[in-house]
Amino acid sequence: MPTVRIPTVLRKHTDNQAKVTADGGTVGDVLRAVAKQYPGIKEQLFDGDTVRGFINVYVDDEDIRYLDGLDSAVAPDDEVAIMPAVAGGA
Amino acid sequence: MVDTLRLDEHTWEALVDHARSDFPFEVCGLLGVDADGEVHHFPISNDERSMTYYVMNPKGMLRAMRQIEDNDWHLVIYHSHTHTQAYPSATDIRLAAYPDATYAIVTLQDRDVPDIRAFAIEDGVVTEKPVARGNSLAA
Repeated sequence: MPTVRIPTVLRKHTDNQAKVTADGGTVGDVLRAVAKQYPGIKEQLFDGDTVRGFINVYVDDEDIRYLDGLDSAVAPDDEVAIMPAVAGGA
Repeated sequence: MVDTLRLDEHTWEALVDHARSDFPFEVCGLLGVDADGEVHHFPISNDERSMTYYVMNPKGMLRAMRQIEDNDWHLVIYHSHTHTQAYPSATDIRLAAYPDATYAIVTLQDRDVPDIRAFAIEDGVVTEKPVARGNSLAA
């Protein structure tokens, strides 16, 4: 089953776990499975059906924006990582 | 959360060099501080390449974050201010998404005397943390 890396700021919604497992063949499926298991995380991750713009999602080393977004394929031994963007200004 | 950000001289100079390397554009990166106080430096591209904004390149960020997290190092997020003081701007505060991290800012406002300051940013509240510079890492 794919593993999902949870950022520190969202771990309060996943019983403080840094990594969880969730089944699914696409990133969308996997993230929805995590949201189902840990309902508190749903609103942090999703804005309706899309992932919030300031959250980066990766399958192994690839940002899903360069793959197929939420339709990106996930293999059973892949890691999906969720990481809030780091940005700012003067 | 570390109370004081201790930067050895080599890291201090590396941060200033990084900030100068793309002047007048802002630079950004991560530091991981391990249990022995050793600082691991990860300069990362600013995808925005702007004098007033930075967006940390997601791919570079992933690699560095993974290492920092898996080694349980303390996370420091840094960027440079090329013309303003080393204090979090309204944008910095609004976009801060890592409440457990230390946010460090390198300022080149006085090009001859660069400075580095550190902060915690939690729920929109900024708390300054002291920065200790030098090779002595004794508490």
